[in-house]
Formats: sequence, C-alpha cells, structure tokens
Amino acid sequence: MNDKLYRIILFVVALIVPIVCGGVVYALVTDAYDAFEHFGFFKFLTSSEWSYTEGSERYGALPFITGTLMTTLLALIFCIPFSLPVALFVGEYFRGTKIAAVLSTVIDLLAGIPSIIYGLWGFYTLRPIIMALNISSQGSGVLTASLVLAIMIVPYAASLSAEFIKMVPNDLKEGAYSLGATRAEIIGKIIFPVAGSGIFSSYVLAIGRALGETMTVTMLIGNTNNIPESITSTGNSMASIIANQFGEADDLRLSSLIAIGLILFLITVFINLIGKIMIKRARIV
Amino acid sequence: MNKLKFRSRLAKDKALLWAVCFLAALTAVPLFAILGEVFLRGYDQLSWSFFTEPTPTAYKAMKAIEAGEPIPGGIANGIIGTMIMLGMAVVFAVPVGILCGAYLAENPKKRFAQVVSYLTDLLQGTPSVIIGIVVYIWVVVPMKGYSAIAGSVALFIMMLPLIIRSTEETMKILPASLKEAGLALGGNNARVMLKVQLPAAFGGIFTGVLLAISRVIGETAPLMFTALGCSFIRFSIDKPISAVPLLIWEFFNDPNLQELIWGASLFLLLFVLTLNLTAKYLAKKWNQ
Amino acid sequence: MESVKPILEFKKTCVSYTKQTIAVKYVSAAIERNTITAIMGPSGCGKSTLLRAVNLMHNLYQNIRVDGEILLNGENILSMEPIDVRRRVGMVFQRPAPFPTMSIYDNVLSGFVLNGIKLSIAEKDATVERCLRSVALWDEVKDVLNKKGTFLSGGQQQRLCIARALAMKPDVLLMDEPTSALDPIATKHIEELLVKLQEEVTILIVTHNMGQAMRISSKAMFMYLGELVEYGDTDTMFSNPSDGRTKAYLTGKMG
Repeated sequence: MNDKLYRIILFVVALIVPIVCGGVVYALVTDAYDAFEHFGFFKFLTSSEWSYTEGSERYGALPFITGTLMTTLLALIFCIPFSLPVALFVGEYFRGTKIAAVLSTVIDLLAGIPSIIYGLWGFYTLRPIIMALNISSQGSGVLTASLVLAIMIVPYAASLSAEFIKMVPNDLKEGAYSLGATRAEIIGKIIFPVAGSGIFSSYVLAIGRALGETMTVTMLIGNTNNIPESITSTGNSMASIIANQFGEADDLRLSSLIAIGLILFLITVFINLIGKIMIKRARIV
Repeated sequence: MNKLKFRSRLAKDKALLWAVCFLAALTAVPLFAILGEVFLRGYDQLSWSFFTEPTPTAYKAMKAIEAGEPIPGGIANGIIGTMIMLGMAVVFAVPVGILCGAYLAENPKKRFAQVVSYLTDLLQGTPSVIIGIVVYIWVVVPMKGYSAIAGSVALFIMMLPLIIRSTEETMKILPASLKEAGLALGGNNARVMLKVQLPAAFGGIFTGVLLAISRVIGETAPLMFTALGCSFIRFSIDKPISAVPLLIWEFFNDPNLQELIWGASLFLLLFVLTLNLTAKYLAKKWNQ
Repeated sequence: MESVKPILEFKKTCVSYTKQTIAVKYVSAAIERNTITAIMGPSGCGKSTLLRAVNLMHNLYQNIRVDGEILLNGENILSMEPIDVRRRVGMVFQRPAPFPTMSIYDNVLSGFVLNGIKLSIAEKDATVERCLRSVALWDEVKDVLNKKGTFLSGGQQQRLCIARALAMKPDVLLMDEPTSALDPIATKHIEELLVKLQEEVTILIVTHNMGQAMRISSKAMFMYLGELVEYGDTDTMFSNPSDGRTKAYLTGKMG
C-alpha cells in the first residue's frame, strides 16, 4: 500500500464523523419542521400545553424544558458538596496514595453503572424514603430524579476537578505554606482560585451529562406533562417525555417530540462547547 | 491572643480534613447500596434456565404468581439480542474508530482534523435518547420496521467517539522516535502505522474498546426506538430484537414480571462492572 | 551582649527520608543575628534539606523525619506549631512563584491573607510600599500594583517573592538557591539586595555558586554527604579551609 492511498483511506474514514453529525442535525431539523411550522418556533418553545386529543392537538415544549432545567440545576446543587470533597480527597489530601486510588476506582465504577439501574435503585430504595419522610406523597418527582441524577454526575465532576486540583504547581503550595498558611487556607486561597476555572468547567460538562440523562429521570420524575410547581411535584424532562411517548406517537406528536429532541440536542451541544472551551483555557493557564 | 488564633485556624483545618473524608466516603455509599440491593434481590433468580430461556408472557407469569410458584423463563432473548447488536456495532466501530483516531493523531494541525476532533466531542456529548431518535429516522422509517440493524447502528454511533478518542490519545503518547525509527528503516507511513504504531498502541486501544462496550451495553433509551424488543429468542437482524436493558425496562413496567427485574439487573451490573475493572486493570498493567 | 545569643541554633539535627537514607546527619551550628550564612556543598549533600527543616517544610511530606533540635530564639521549633514557625521563618524558593491569581499588591500581602489577618487599608498600603522598597521593586512596579505578578520578569518575580516573605516580618529568611533560575543581571540585583537586607533579617542561603557565597555571606557552612564539614567566617573558609574536603570542593576538585 502506498502512502497516498493510505492517506486517502484515513481521510475517507474520518469523513464518517462529519457525515454522522450532519446526518443527526439534518434528520432532527427535517423531522421537527412540521411541529415548528404548525405551532411556530417561538410558540412551541413557550407553550405549556400538551394535549393529543384528536382534532385539537396542541403541543408545547415549555413544561419539559422547565423540567430538564429544574432537574439539572438541582442535580448540580446536590452534586457539588460530594464531588468537591472527592476531588480534594483524590487530588490534594491523599494524592497518589492507595486510598485515593481505591476511591477513584469506586467513583469510576459509579460512572459505569447503567442509568436504568440507577433508575431502579431510585424507584425501589430512594422513593420509599422520600415517601416515609413525608416529602411528597407519591415519592416520584423532580426532587427524587435530581437526587439520583446528582449521584450519576458526581464521577464526571469529581474526576475532572481532581485533575485540575492536581495541576496546581507545588511551588505555589510550598510558597503559601512557607508564609504560615494551614492546608485549609491554602485550599481556599490558593488551590481554588488557581484551579477555579478548571473546576468550574468540570461542572459545566457535568451539566451537559445531566441534561440528556433519560432512563433515570423517566423512571423517577413522575411523568406528568405540566410545569412542575415545586421541586417535590412531578413533571417530565425533555428526555423523559421522548422516552415515554416516542413509541406510541405519530404525525404531529412525533414531530413535536423530535422538535423537543432538537432543542435538547442544541442545548447540550451549547453547554458542552462552553465546557470544552473553558477546559482548554484552564489548561493553558 | 495569638495562641487562640492559631487554635481556631488549626481547628478549621482539621474540620475541613474531616469533612472532606466524611463526604468523600459518603459518595462511595451509593455504589455499595446499589450493588447490595441488586445482589440481595437478584441472586436467587440466577439459575441455568434464567440464561437459557426467553422471557415468559405476562399471562404465564401471572399464572405462576397465582400458583405461588417462581416465574418461569429468563432473559436469554435479551442476552442474545444484546450480543448480536453489540457484535455488529463492534465489528464496524472498532476499525472505523481506530482509523479515525489514527487520522486525528497523525494530523493534529490540519483544519479538517480539528473539525473532526470537535465533532467527535459533540457526538460523545450527544444524549443517547437523541441518537435513538435519529436512528429511528434513518433506519427504522425507511426499513418500515424496528430491527436489530437499527439497534446496532445506534450502538455503533455511541461507541464510535469513545474508540476514536482512546485511539487518538494512546497514539499521541507513543514516543515519536517509534515512528521515526520505522520510517528510517524504509517503511512508508502506512506500513509503519500497521506494523509499528498500532501494535504498540494495542493495549490502550483494547482498553478503550472494553470501556466503550461497557458504556453502551446498558443503554436503554436508544434501543427502545430502534430494536424495540421481542419476547422470544431470535437471530434475524432485520426484525425487532430484545436486549438486556430493554428487558429490565419491560419488567419494570409490567407488574407481573417485576420479580425478574433484579436477576436481569444483577447480570447487567456484574457484566458492566467486570468489564470496567478489567479495562482499568489492563490499562494499569500495560502502562507499566 | 545580645549578639552572644544566637537567633537560630541547630543541635544534632538529623533529617531522614527512610531509615536507611539519612540526608542530614547530626548538624550542630549556631547562626548569629543579622548575618548572611551561606550553605554550600555538592548537590545531594543535604543543604536544601537542612534549610527546609528550619521552617518545617518536611512536615508536609510523610515519611520524612527530623530529629535533634532546632532552636529559634531558644525555643525548639520541632515541638512548635508549623504555622507559627513558618510565620517567623520566611522562605524563598529556587523558582520564583508569585501567586498567579493575585495582583502584585495582593502578592505582597498574601501572608496576611493566607493567615486570615485583617489589615486596614492604610496598613496595607504602608506594608506594600515598605516591602517593595526594601526589595528595590517599588519604583519599577508602583504604577502597576494591580496587575498580576506573573507579568514581571524572573528577577522581579523573585524580588516580589522576597517582599512577600518580608511582609510577615520574619526573624529568619531562608533562601534555597534563589538566583539559580535567574540571569546574571537579575542575580546581581538580588545579591545587592540581600547584603542590605541583613540589617533587618537574618539570612540563611543555600547556594552552589561559590562566587555568590564569597560576595554576600559573612559566615559559611560546607556540607558533604549530609554532614556539616566546616562552619566559620566565609573569608577564612575560602582563604584557609581547615578540612581537606572543603578545600577540594572550593578548588573545584569535587562536586
């Protein structure tokens, strides 16, 4: 095989990636078109109706956008008090020790558990606890989904944050120690400021994960097509409404679901793009 | 006064250490809680027939429950479906992923390679449910039906970026001298890649493939719109087919089959975690 | 007679990494107030290790043991709180490392910030000016105090790090080859600075540069394989070393 042929083969194979991505966008846009044309793009985004009575079908994405934003935001809030300590444990306090390796293996395995099993665990273990604590009567809802979602994104946030915490130069830490600082003070005043943008970007990428998480949310959010009134009420996320109704939908409802998929896709791509750009910047500094 | 100040600062320092240890340990709890629950509720369902028999119908299961007997049948249809779809996805995703990864590693400065690299990230970040929708539009609609092919296309798209990335990263850390030595001996780029670089990168790529498999094997949402599911053992690739995660979802929704959830979950969980640990172990071993 | 009482005294100080590898062996020496003492020796002789023991840097790493005594104003620092010791003993490292997220102004004050000490704005301004003046950096940076310290040249960064250490008014300033990463002109600046600084602080400097030791120090230590071979007036050591190993090192036959 000569070099030219080899280069051409590599190039042609690499073309698959842009083709797939282009295909994803093309398929979503063409099939979502009906819904956007019928309801109007802006109206579709802001309408909170979801009724499939024949003849008066009305579909709007607002309840699901709200549901996704609520679950994601709550998951992020719940995730920080755990992922940050894990990152400090692995990246600073016990860096390079056996115990840190054990914890990172555990965290890796947590990331490997399929989302449907998280859903089962949430449904059969966490939901009864929520009910027993009288937080909500049916146990399902935004809160329950967010709690499990938080556990699922801890590994992503923690391992990337730990990487940035490890990158803080030893010179700086020793310099700060030599001025009489305690470790806690160094973490607060040197490590966090220096690794801050990197840690932040790891949370942005964790959000990107949480946005599209499907099965867990579908099994725990309660599946009602209204805007959740509080964090204990039921609702649906963009991903969960698709998972719930895609199989039985046709025509306008199918197109509306695909439109929701397109919106979810765009939001995820946007968040991931921001996260990647921030990581690149953080690595250079 | 100074002493007092020290004491409060040192107390804060200690408090942070303990808080970090406590919260980090707490984070590990869900893993053991999930493992424990799935194991305790699922281990007595695992038997030979659980792996060799297909899912019972809801009616049969109902009868068994009424009679107070254990539910007959197993998840063989799901295991076979998963194997078929995963097999097809792997057969295509591994060579394509490796070549793409090699392309990216060889041309890091090229504009097109940077675009491909960015799109790989984009694909990797795309929610799996979206992949399901897209493959439904691409494959299920034109073929006028759900099929194992559609399911494997979805798995292929999800595996591809993972394999590309692991190949690229492994090849990038190969010493440049390796390639130079190969070229100096008179090999052309293609030969050096095939005979020197890829074999040297084998460990990293293999681990990457294992991790990619473990990542997609539990995927449920995309298979719901592509493979659909099937209650009997089937080997044809143009018909709806089942998969282990699909079965779990089915059992979850069918009150009569709920007992089977845990056996199926235990099987899936053990499989995924073993793959993960194996990959991690191999990566460590090959890195030394 | 105040000068009789040493500010810092090593008494049979040992530092060991493991039971087998002892980096510093039974060093005993008394350091006089307001002097510059140079610690010399071939690489691996334990000079940096000895220096780092003085502000308990070894406490940061597991497995490193420090035995014997190190007295600061008569008090054994090995039984004191590290954060207390480190405030009284400043340190400047080989590579200049100003805190990248802080401005020049905040870098000078970083010791206070890190220790949670609140200062009034007037006190802050006065401290920054005093310290930057004493490292001869004030005129160069007084208009850019709010810029990040990392934009400065290497020599300026190192002077900023010295200012940062001086802000805490330490009794002793430890310097671990502070000019080895700098060009000759920046090195000269720092050397001139140190000679002036000895009026306000006692300086212990590790250097592999014999010329530097001769130019700035009044006392010198020569270490070899973890032992303190010779300690005395710099002039005497260079002109008439009492130990053969010192002579071999100083004449370039060793190291």
